[in-house]
Amino acid sequence: MSLLSVENLTIGLPPGGDRPHAIEEVSLTVSPGEILCVVGESGSGKSMTANAAMGLLPPGLPVKGGRILFEGQDLLAKSPEEMRRLRGSRLAMIFQEPMTALNPLMRVGDQIAEALRVHGAGGDAARRVPELLAAVNLPDPTHLARSYPFRLSGGQRQRVMIAMALALEPALLIADEPTTALDVTTQMQILRLIREVQERRGTGVMFITHDFGVVAEIADRVAVMQRGRIVESGPASEVLNAPKHEYTRALIAAVPRGTPASREPVAPGAPILALKGVRKTYHRGGGWFGKGQSFQAVHDADLVLHRGETLGVVGESGSGKSTLARAVVRLVRPEEGEILFHGTDLRPLSREAWKPFRRQIQMVFQDPYASLNPRRSVGDAIAEGPITHGTPREAALERARELLRLVQLDPGAMDRYPHEFSGGQRQRIGLARALAMEPELLIADEPVSALDVSVQAQVLALLADIRKRLGLTMLFITHDLRVAAEICDRVAVMQKGAIVEQGPTAQVFNAPSHPYTRALLDSIPGRGWTPPGEALPPPDPLHRGASGLPGPRDLIV
Amino acid sequence: MALLRRFLRHPGAVVGAAVLLLVLAVAILAPVLFPGSPWDMAGPPFAPPGEDGMLLGSDSLGRNVAAGIAYGARVSLLVGAVSTAVAILIGVALGALAGYLGGVVDDAVMRFTEFFQTIPSFVLAILLVAIFTPSITSIVAAIAIVSWPPVARVVRAEFLSLRGREFVQAAEVLGKRPMAIVLTDILPNALSPIIVLASLNTASAILLESSLSFLGLGDPNLMSWGFLIGSGRSVIRIAWWMSVFPGIAIFITVLALNLVGEGLSDAMNPRLRKRGAK
Amino acid sequence: MSRLPGFLLRRALKSVVVILAIVVCNFLLIHAAPGDPAMVMAGQSGSADPQYMEQLRRQFGLDRPLIEQLWIYLKGVLHLDLGFSHRQQVGVAQLILDRLPATLLLTGMAFAIAISGGVTLGALAARRVGTWADSVITVIALAFYATPLFWVGLMLVLLFSVHLEWLPSFGMTDPGLNQEGFALWLDVAKHLVLPAVTLGLFYLAVYARLTRATMLEVADQDFVKTARAKGVPEGRVLRAHVLRNALLPVITFAGIQAGQLVGGSILVETVFAWPGIGRLAFEALLARDYQVLMGVFFITSVMVVLFNLLTDLLYALIDPRVEMA
Repeated sequence: MSLLSVENLTIGLPPGGDRPHAIEEVSLTVSPGEILCVVGESGSGKSMTANAAMGLLPPGLPVKGGRILFEGQDLLAKSPEEMRRLRGSRLAMIFQEPMTALNPLMRVGDQIAEALRVHGAGGDAARRVPELLAAVNLPDPTHLARSYPFRLSGGQRQRVMIAMALALEPALLIADEPTTALDVTTQMQILRLIREVQERRGTGVMFITHDFGVVAEIADRVAVMQRGRIVESGPASEVLNAPKHEYTRALIAAVPRGTPASREPVAPGAPILALKGVRKTYHRGGGWFGKGQSFQAVHDADLVLHRGETLGVVGESGSGKSTLARAVVRLVRPEEGEILFHGTDLRPLSREAWKPFRRQIQMVFQDPYASLNPRRSVGDAIAEGPITHGTPREAALERARELLRLVQLDPGAMDRYPHEFSGGQRQRIGLARALAMEPELLIADEPVSALDVSVQAQVLALLADIRKRLGLTMLFITHDLRVAAEICDRVAVMQKGAIVEQGPTAQVFNAPSHPYTRALLDSIPGRGWTPPGEALPPPDPLHRGASGLPGPRDLIV
Repeated sequence: MALLRRFLRHPGAVVGAAVLLLVLAVAILAPVLFPGSPWDMAGPPFAPPGEDGMLLGSDSLGRNVAAGIAYGARVSLLVGAVSTAVAILIGVALGALAGYLGGVVDDAVMRFTEFFQTIPSFVLAILLVAIFTPSITSIVAAIAIVSWPPVARVVRAEFLSLRGREFVQAAEVLGKRPMAIVLTDILPNALSPIIVLASLNTASAILLESSLSFLGLGDPNLMSWGFLIGSGRSVIRIAWWMSVFPGIAIFITVLALNLVGEGLSDAMNPRLRKRGAK
Repeated sequence: MSRLPGFLLRRALKSVVVILAIVVCNFLLIHAAPGDPAMVMAGQSGSADPQYMEQLRRQFGLDRPLIEQLWIYLKGVLHLDLGFSHRQQVGVAQLILDRLPATLLLTGMAFAIAISGGVTLGALAARRVGTWADSVITVIALAFYATPLFWVGLMLVLLFSVHLEWLPSFGMTDPGLNQEGFALWLDVAKHLVLPAVTLGLFYLAVYARLTRATMLEVADQDFVKTARAKGVPEGRVLRAHVLRNALLPVITFAGIQAGQLVGGSILVETVFAWPGIGRLAFEALLARDYQVLMGVFFITSVMVVLFNLLTDLLYALIDPRVEMA
């Protein structure tokens, strides 16, 4: 008998939304001891399904039909108090953001003890809490129980969340993107932990994710959601290796391979950019009477970038890769080292002396929602750079129109404002803005990491195409090794502010020399899985929104 | 225009705006509605409301309370608007400096702001007006001096967060000058909290002005609401109307400004609006 | 707990700097004012007395360089010499010290009313957000927020003293009776009701609005969802998770608002003839006795700085992250 069985569940959205239902006719089952992965892009309704099962739907979203059977009882028919008693004891949940999921004012141990106490098991909390913390492989459990959350790293907090969820040995664990906010090595540890405790206790797990790599890593069965509906479900091996539905196939095709494409080595052109011994230290705290702390974001960074090549800088958060990228464009001012652009050291230059180099070095940013001024029209945003450097306004605007075409957007977008565009479209606009300066060197700082996987594939394809057509040299910052494998000729791996290894992509991926590089590669989720088939050509972006399908925001037709 | 629509969806804000326009009309039309000086005797002293042709009664010297309120509206609105303008100017300049430049400048400006926020502002305002002798200029100056710190704090916070935003960094990478970045990229996006703050600050400036003139620190040549209440205080047992009506005038004006401010805030910040609607 | 002493020491040092800055501020005001600094200090009351003016000039070294004058002034203040009220023929410090207990009683009571009532009402409104109870609390808070303090005082006098004759409207005790012990306390309490409520209502409105807003904000945060997901009953979610976190900004704000509260007491003491330093300030204003006015400014500032120190301590006790700030 299945543990959880959702039958034809339909949940409405408040009027005025982009569709009448958040989820429609959703049916799925989780058996004891199995992991069901619910996969979908943002807005597909996968989290909504999980929240409905927990009885934690936000107010204003009515259940229009269907049943949620848990151990044979309909959860939708239960009173709020009955649901409360089930939550935390029989049904437990962990969330995406470990940094904010714990009460900052309460000791970690007290928060776990509270979970026991509210279900009448508070008596042996003093014994159970350290046990639970030890069970999720946290060091020094008694000490840790007395700590406040702010002392713990993201991975540690997620372990605490898991310990708390498992405190009363629930039959079902719902995990809502529990590793999305974590670094790749931490992600792998947490995935293994979930696997381990689930196997040990025979817990049923409903695991929500957007990442097919994670699915390949952990799932027994898979359900794929698109716009509120389940389009395909089945055993993991079938869905991953022989997807039937067109949408599943498109999603899987968009997953970056994770193995470097064999590419002809770039003829070593003249070096364009060379960094030598760059160091940037940040100071925090202090003030009038306190002494602050300092932290080396980047140190001893050496690298060379040749004409026409793409160098990937990969690393986890806090590794210093973004600081390095920003140092090249003077958004960050390193205190030591040389930044040689065609032999000129840019580091000591004043703002004025730097200005001519702005034409030659441009940057594409990460967050499509923050990288465009919401109060400037798209045309102005693109034309602004050349105008600042003396191009007549008319010519700059004409050029902006051409650039929109180049990044596959309609020139009619000129007079519109950023909020009218989807994330993927905004990234194209950001790219056009950088290209308007006709740069020789393009710095791309995580340009696709905020995008859904299908859009990510489109933007990467566009970037590769434009780079080849314009002969750009590119410094590509990413945390995602799979993306780096896809697009970079060479990669440099950063850890704790230092470049620990660099070399041709294939060499680094196939024969890593540094232990950290090996750990990173081993942590790529789903590494053992090779997505089937050829990569599909990206869908036509002019007619597709963020989810690959037309949405209300996609006004450009 | 979407902004206006969202604003109009707020019944409180619409009523507030209407009341504000009414007060403004009374202030402008005061000489037409009540010809002659509000300081002149218009009838017998202590006439209750409605008698001797005086809608809101008369005071101890037979002056028309309604006329006093109409002329007082001019002073209140003028002081509220001008002192707010000055406070916003100081606050935006200092906040922008601190938020954009950061580092030592930020530290210095914020210490200075904190200092002004710590000292009891009303006592300082009294001291300033008293020492520099009460006049419309010293009152406006004193109110502006005590009310800029919140503006500076908000503007600094906005600038600080916007400066780290990627579109500002993009502008920098394009080679725009700092002044151009501040004026075209940062300030326009920091405008909505400043506008909201301006309307709320006008309300508190009017309260402050009335408090000062209640204590006898008003401009001796100008009729004001606080002065009317102050002069009615000692005779409240025999002529309640002398203090009640000017107080109501202050109340509805300040309330209207607060409602407009909240409406603007909700209209400009849709994320919060959702919460209010639930 | 080892983190607290360092933190408090830093705050205490900062307070000393602020107090010194206030003294300098006072000094500059005397010199920035139009006319002879001696005249400013003496006020109109003293200006007719050349002997007194001469004494002031000598005492403050008004013929010496400005920086030396500042030093003399600073030394005086540090010895708690806040000047001399020529009009009342008493030292300013003595004058203020006599009146201080009454003001502390009034502002303390008003603060207690404001914080307890405000947090309760705000929490209630947040819990019932969108219902009629929320609307009523929101409207009342908005109304008190928009009403001048002194006018509320007058209206309460009109209603409770003139009309209903329930409560006294004037002074701190009944001058006709010579009471002692419990009867005296009761009399003071009766006199305290109207002024404390008047002063408290405005800040009650402020805290109610703030509590409601922050509680709604905190209620949206992830850890609240975590608490619900582990089956914590709704009442406990609100008390132990939402309210506790929402109180932090309220405490910060209470510290910032302390200065306003003291300022408001000038108006309230004037309306109710409450014999505190606010009333003293008003009397000094009428008499143009600026030495007293500056003394009041100094003392109230010190009060606020001390109160801020107290809120810092409270904050540090509640929030474990304080040392990071």
